[in-house]
Amino acid sequence: MSEIKKIKNLKEFSTSADRFEGANLLCPGCAHSIIVREVLNATNDDLVLSAATGCLEVCTAVYPYTSWDASWIHIGFENSATAVTGAEAMYKALKRKGRLLQPDRNPKFVAFGGDGATYDIGFQWLSGAFERGHDFMYVALDNEVYANTGGQSSGSTPIGASTTTAPAGRVSYGEKRLKKDLVGIMAAHGAPYVAQVAPNKWKDMTKKIQTGLKTEGPVFINAMSACTTEWKFDPADTIAVSDLATDSLVFPLYEIINGRELNITYRPKNIISVRDYMGAQGRFKHLFKPENEYIIDEWQKRVDAEWERLQRREEARV
Amino acid sequence: MADTMELKDVEVWDGNLASAHSLRQAQVDVVAAYPITPSTPIVENYARFLANGYIDGEYVMVESEHAAMSGCIGASAAGGRVATATSSQGYALMVETLYQASGMRLPIVLHVVNRALGAPLNVNGDHSDMYLGRDSGWIQLDTFSPQEAYDLGLCAFKIGEDHDVRLPVMVHQDGFLSSHTAQGVKTIADDVAYDFVGEFKPMNAMLDFEHPATHGVQTEEDWHFEHKARQQYDLMTKVYPKTKEVFAEFKELTGREYKMVETYDADDADVVITALGTTVETARVAAKQLREEGIKAGVVAIRMIRPFPMEDVREAFKGVKAIATLDRSSPHGTVGMLYNEVAGAMYQMKDNERPLVSNYIYGLGGRDITVKHLKDIFSELIANVEAGSVTTPLQQYVNVRGPKLSFL
Repeated sequence: MSEIKKIKNLKEFSTSADRFEGANLLCPGCAHSIIVREVLNATNDDLVLSAATGCLEVCTAVYPYTSWDASWIHIGFENSATAVTGAEAMYKALKRKGRLLQPDRNPKFVAFGGDGATYDIGFQWLSGAFERGHDFMYVALDNEVYANTGGQSSGSTPIGASTTTAPAGRVSYGEKRLKKDLVGIMAAHGAPYVAQVAPNKWKDMTKKIQTGLKTEGPVFINAMSACTTEWKFDPADTIAVSDLATDSLVFPLYEIINGRELNITYRPKNIISVRDYMGAQGRFKHLFKPENEYIIDEWQKRVDAEWERLQRREEARV
Repeated sequence: MADTMELKDVEVWDGNLASAHSLRQAQVDVVAAYPITPSTPIVENYARFLANGYIDGEYVMVESEHAAMSGCIGASAAGGRVATATSSQGYALMVETLYQASGMRLPIVLHVVNRALGAPLNVNGDHSDMYLGRDSGWIQLDTFSPQEAYDLGLCAFKIGEDHDVRLPVMVHQDGFLSSHTAQGVKTIADDVAYDFVGEFKPMNAMLDFEHPATHGVQTEEDWHFEHKARQQYDLMTKVYPKTKEVFAEFKELTGREYKMVETYDADDADVVITALGTTVETARVAAKQLREEGIKAGVVAIRMIRPFPMEDVREAFKGVKAIATLDRSSPHGTVGMLYNEVAGAMYQMKDNERPLVSNYIYGLGGRDITVKHLKDIFSELIANVEAGSVTTPLQQYVNVRGPKLSFL
């Protein structure tokens, strides 16, 4: 059994030993690096990591450099879940055969993928890995867009966002499709632990990562990753924009245990409007034109309804 | 600890069962697999061995062939022995990951039971899948019978896992004609077979936490070329000598001899058919019959498709007057792969020593090729020798209905 790392405050957290180096090529203000540090810093256990092709991968393992002081693999865009579960299978095999190089270790297996890799192209690989019940954690870095390739829509892109494949224009308000509820879909796999996290709520996030790491079986974490480049906000405002996301309940923070038991883990003292969340980002700028404002109103209704649904599910305990 | 299986000196195995036994005896640590005709019985047999206590590695049934190879890559990078099997459409789905496996220098063994590629959909054997992977950076060994699938199945680990080589290996056999045809297979005892293959020696293992390694990096115009050039250099210079060494050890152990290019009645031959897979055996029968009629006919079979053994090929064809290259895959837009490879290898020969070469496409989608067809090809080669030039169209089809489709 691994030891749970004790973290008292943000200072202690931010100065703890890094296995993900600050020397990387991610944009200034990119939430990916904050999320990855929070995941890696949540444990002292050895790690076997994988990353899907995407911002995180291309910015952290550019030969001859690496930002990873942990075992790490990238294969392709769609298969980071399979990469790390293949390694997990090897761990089990070598443990059984008594051939582990360091038999006293208790490694954790963690896969990272962007929302494109997770919601879209890698969904089958993710679903298969969960069905097989490997002991691993999948962390989706959800910035709601194919950011690495220049801002194309993904299955996670919310309605109304202007993207390069669904740009807002004279006769279009941008993306027409609703964001896919991947947290619900992964919970429906019967996974023992599924949660949505945001890096600005670091205590909540650390607790969930630690819960996930000590859970046996597949764990899915959807991590909101505010993207300064594609959401179009100042790089200094990443945490402020993230706060707007969690306080407007556009990104509600909750967990689902064994596919059934839902717990809301963050209740904003002052719930702000979706309009305020959108107003802070360039990707929604066009929605503030009179002819598009109904999109904002509809969003608000959907967010209210979803919050209601989450609370009722939490109460019902089913 | 997995149980040992007592084997008779000669077992009646089809190619799939022979392959499965080679995986069992090599004590593979992780098999990640997805079933597809005609390679399915390899993983079914393996699952049966597992269910009866003969396997102590992990067997991961995944949701697609792409995931099968992805899982193999993750497992191999973690630091252990890895293998899987596939065919046809599954192989095609795997192609992306085939390049990733070889580029990451991971010694995975893949049994490919050759089958046609659709459309039109077809479950029978031809070499379309095998040809599809020929630029993927894998070592490709071709087998012609269940015995060879078993023998080279064991040799494959020893070649690919060598630290100078560190490249993945495909062991090919013909769908149904080898995979589902039971024959007598001379066996090796479990412990002897494992001793021959040897313990897996990890390198840059992800499960070595004292030396964390980064696998599958990004390189652009600054370093990509050096990586690929080095990979090709090693494939072209390290694999051949290692394979020769492994084949010599295998002969020492079993008496069975393998070469990169196999020659049958070819030493003094005037006319030679060169082919792959089970057709080699049929061509040998045809050549033998013609020998009885006083015709100097022979067969040259390519055992190692990649890296292509150019010098051995050149050597095998020395003194031959006319060659028919038989390709069991539609080249779609050029001449057959064997024609191109053989002609390319022989280009370095002097003009007056270079044999005449023609190309035959045959057996697509499992279409039969008989001794008679092969004797007819030999007859055309004899006509070429007599005329001193190729008398037929350069590329012809064997045993296909409809109008004559030959050209060039």
